[in-house]
Amino acid sequence: MSLLSRANDVQLSRRTFVMSALLAGGSLVITPRFAALAQANEAKPLGAFIRIPATGKIELVIASVEMGQGVYMGLSTLLAEELEVGLDQIVAVPAPPDPALYAHPALGDQITGGSVSIRGFWEPMRHAGATARTMLIAAAADQWGVPPTGCRAERGEVIHTASGRRIGYGALVERAASMPVPRDVALKPASAFKLIGKPARRIDTPAKVNGSAVFGLDARPAGVKFAAIAICPTFGGTLQSVNDSEALKVKGVRQVVKLSDAVAVVADHTGAARKGLAALEVTWDRGVNATVDTAELERRADAAMAGNTVVAHSSGDINAAEAANARGIEEVYRLPILPHTAMEPMNCTVHVRPDSCEVWVGTQVVSRARTAAAQVTGLPVEKVTVHNHFLGGGFGRRLDHDGVIMAVRVAQQVDGPVQVVWSREEDVRHDSYRYLNLSRISIRLGPDGMPISWRHRVVGPAIMARFLPAFFKDGIDLDIVDIAESPYEIANKRVEFARHEGPEGMLTGNWRGVGPTRNAPAVEGGIDEAAHLAGIDPVEYRRRLLQNNPRLRGVLDLAAARAGWGNDLGRERGRGVALLSAFGSFAALIAQVHVDPRGALKVERLVAAVDCGLIVNPEVLRQQVESGIIYGLSATLYGRLTIEQGAVVESNFDDQPVLRLNECPQIDVHLVESAEAPGGIGELGTPGVAPAVMNAIFAATGQRLRTLPIDTAGLRRS
Amino acid sequence: MAYSLNVNGRIHSVDVDADTPLLWVLRDVIGLTGTKFGCGVAQCGACTIHLDGHAVRSCVTTIESAGSSAIMTIEAIGSTPKGSVVQRAWLEEEVVQCGYCQSGQIMSAVALLNANAMPSDGDIDDAMSGNICRCGTYPRIRAAIKKAARGGSNTGNGG
Repeated sequence: MSLLSRANDVQLSRRTFVMSALLAGGSLVITPRFAALAQANEAKPLGAFIRIPATGKIELVIASVEMGQGVYMGLSTLLAEELEVGLDQIVAVPAPPDPALYAHPALGDQITGGSVSIRGFWEPMRHAGATARTMLIAAAADQWGVPPTGCRAERGEVIHTASGRRIGYGALVERAASMPVPRDVALKPASAFKLIGKPARRIDTPAKVNGSAVFGLDARPAGVKFAAIAICPTFGGTLQSVNDSEALKVKGVRQVVKLSDAVAVVADHTGAARKGLAALEVTWDRGVNATVDTAELERRADAAMAGNTVVAHSSGDINAAEAANARGIEEVYRLPILPHTAMEPMNCTVHVRPDSCEVWVGTQVVSRARTAAAQVTGLPVEKVTVHNHFLGGGFGRRLDHDGVIMAVRVAQQVDGPVQVVWSREEDVRHDSYRYLNLSRISIRLGPDGMPISWRHRVVGPAIMARFLPAFFKDGIDLDIVDIAESPYEIANKRVEFARHEGPEGMLTGNWRGVGPTRNAPAVEGGIDEAAHLAGIDPVEYRRRLLQNNPRLRGVLDLAAARAGWGNDLGRERGRGVALLSAFGSFAALIAQVHVDPRGALKVERLVAAVDCGLIVNPEVLRQQVESGIIYGLSATLYGRLTIEQGAVVESNFDDQPVLRLNECPQIDVHLVESAEAPGGIGELGTPGVAPAVMNAIFAATGQRLRTLPIDTAGLRRS
Repeated sequence: MAYSLNVNGRIHSVDVDADTPLLWVLRDVIGLTGTKFGCGVAQCGACTIHLDGHAVRSCVTTIESAGSSAIMTIEAIGSTPKGSVVQRAWLEEEVVQCGYCQSGQIMSAVALLNANAMPSDGDIDDAMSGNICRCGTYPRIRAAIKKAARGGSNTGNGG
C-alpha cells in the first residue's frame, strides 16, 4: 500500500540481513534472512531464493506474482546484477505459498500489491546476489589456491584475473556451500551496474506472444471438468430453487452443483457448461439488499459525510486559521463504484480429494488462497497445494481470494478436478469493488491568495480493517486517507476520516492506485480551484507550495516544460495538471483536452514526468506509467457501476466500457535520473489522471467537474 | 455431432453440439489454450483467431459455421512470415505486460498486415479497436504494427 511510503520506509531501510547458504538437491541455495525491526525482534526468513544447480539455468524464485507489472524482470535484474549472471542465464519461477519464506517484509504477508515489491525486496535481493557471488568467488579461489581478491565474477563464471583461469558457478556449488557465509557483503556501486538502469528486454514476454504462457485459466490437470457459475446477483442473497432438467440434457453436461448462494454447471468443456447454465431455471432469495439502489447508497454516503469522523492528520490550528480567513473554497468530490475488469475473468481450478486439496489459480495472495482452501475443506493447511500462475491482470482484484473459496466449494461436490470459470458478466457483478468515495475539501486563502488552511474529510470504506489490520489504526484506514493531506506546504491542516462501508454482502477492496486514487481528484482538484480563486496560474501556484519538496517540484517543472505549459492552445482546448507523491515516488501529469461545443471530449495528450528514485529498468518504468495512465483514463471517462435491486446492472464491456486503442491519447513519459532508493511504479500513473483531465476541462470550458466519471452531456454548451 | 476441424494444419475430430463456440473447442477439447476468453460476446477480442486468414472472434463463432475453413491460432502464427515479424516487433517494442490479451492482439494485427501491408493510423484504429487491453499497451501496439509493416526495421516513425 502506498501508505508504506510514509509508514514503513524508515523501517525498511533499517533492516539487517543475515544470509543462509546450503546445498540442497545438488544446488547451492541462498536465502536472505532479515531481522525485521518493524514487527518482530527475531530474525525471520524473507523473500526469494537463488538456486544454483550444477548444470543448467540458475533458478530465481520470485516472491511477487507477475501480473504485467514486470516484477519478474525487476527482481531478477536486482539478483542477476549482484550475482554477475546474464538474464539469459536465469529462469524466474513463482514462489509457492509459504509466508515464512516469502512474506513481503513490510506487509508481513505473501501479498503482491500496493507497488511495494521493488521497495520491499530491493535490498534483500541485492544482498542475496552479492552473498552468493562472494561465496562462489571464495570457493574458486580456495580451489585454485589463490587469494579471492585476485578473482572476479562475470556471466556465471569466476575468473582468476592474473592467469585467466575460469570456472563456472555450477562446478563450484558444492565447495561454495562449505564456505563461511559472509556478513556485510559489498554491493556494487551504481557505476558498475550492467543490468540495473539498462533497457534490457523483459524475460516473461516471449511466452506471451506465442500462446505458451500459462495463466490460471490455462491450467489443465488430467481429467479436468469445466464449470460455469451463477452467483446470486443481489449481494448477500441466496439460492432458493433450481430446475436443472433442461440443463442436464445439454450434451457434455455432467452435473449441477448447488451452493447456498450460487449454482454451477459442470461439463466436459466450458461451452457446454455455459449452455447448461443458460438452461437452468433459477430462483433467488434476494435477501436484505433486495431494494437497495445507487441513489440509496449515495444517500447513505452523504449521511456518513455529516456523521462522526476520526482525525487522521492534524497540524497547526485549523479552527483559528479558518476563523481568521473567510475567503476560500469548499466542495465535495464524488467517486463511483468501480469494477476491475482484468482481462482474464476470475477463475480457479480445484481438485478436492478426501485427504488433500490441489488448487490452480493466478492470485496476488497465494498463501491466503491456501489457508482459505484449508478452512473450507477442513484439511490441514499442509495438505493443500496451490499452483500459482501468470495473472491476466490483477489491479487489486486478485488481492481477494473469494473466487478460490467459491471454486473449492464447487469442487467439494465434484469427483476430480474442476475449473470454475466466471463469465465476464459474473466477473463484473461479483467483483471486489472499489466502493463509493466522497471527499469534502475546504481550503481557506490568506491575504496573498495562498492557502492558509486545508481541511479534507474523506468518506470511504476501511478496507485495511479486514485486509491488513496492521494498517487500520485508531479507527483510521491508513490507506484510504493516504495523500489526503496533500503534498502542499500549508500551515494548518486537518484530515478527517468517516468510515463508510458498502451494503452487507458486497465485497469491497483494493483498486489500482489504492488510497491515492481515491484522494487525488479532491486534492488536485481542490488546489486547482484555490489557484483559480487566487488568480494564479495552477503550475505556479503549486510551485510556491513546494518550497521544501525539490523532487515533486522537479517533476512539475519537467512536465510543464515538456507539455509546453503556458503556450496558447486556441479555443476549445485546455491543459490541466495533477501532482502525486505516493508509493515512494513522485509524478506530475499534464493532460491536454479538446471539448467541442456539443460536449464531445477528446483527451489528446498526457505528459508524465516521473521521479521514482533509482530506475531498475527504464522501459518497464515507461510501460507501467503508460499502463497506469490508461487504466486511470478508462475510469475517468467510463468507470461507474449502478445498483438496482441490490445487484450490479452493468455486466460486460458494452455497458461498462474501457478505453480502446482508437481513443488512446498520445502519452509522453519523461524520467528523472536519480540515485535515491527506488519507489513504486505500478500504480504511479493512475491517481493523477482524473484530476489532470478534470482540471484541463476547466481550462478549456470554465466548467469545474467534481464527479466521476466525467459527464460529457454536462459539457454541452447551449 | 462429430466435426472435423482443420486447426493449424492438423485435422481434429471433435464431438460437440453444433452451437458450441470454437473458443471452447480449441481451449478445452483440443487443448490449445493460447486463445483466450475475455468477454464471451465479441466485445474484447481476446479470443481472436484466423478463419481462412480472416480475423474472427472465436467466442461467437460456432463450430458449425467454421465448416472446413482453415483455422489458425496463436500457437501457429509464428510459422507464418507476417506472424513471426509481428511477434518480433511485439518483443522489440516491449508491448507486453500481463500478456493475457496479446494472443488476440497479435492475431488481429497479423490479419491487418496480411490485408494491408502499410496501414495508416486510421487503418490501425479500425482493425485494432475491437481488441481491449486493460494493461494499456495501445501506444506500443500501434508502434509495433508500424515496425512490423516496415519489415521490423528500426527506421522511420516509431509511432
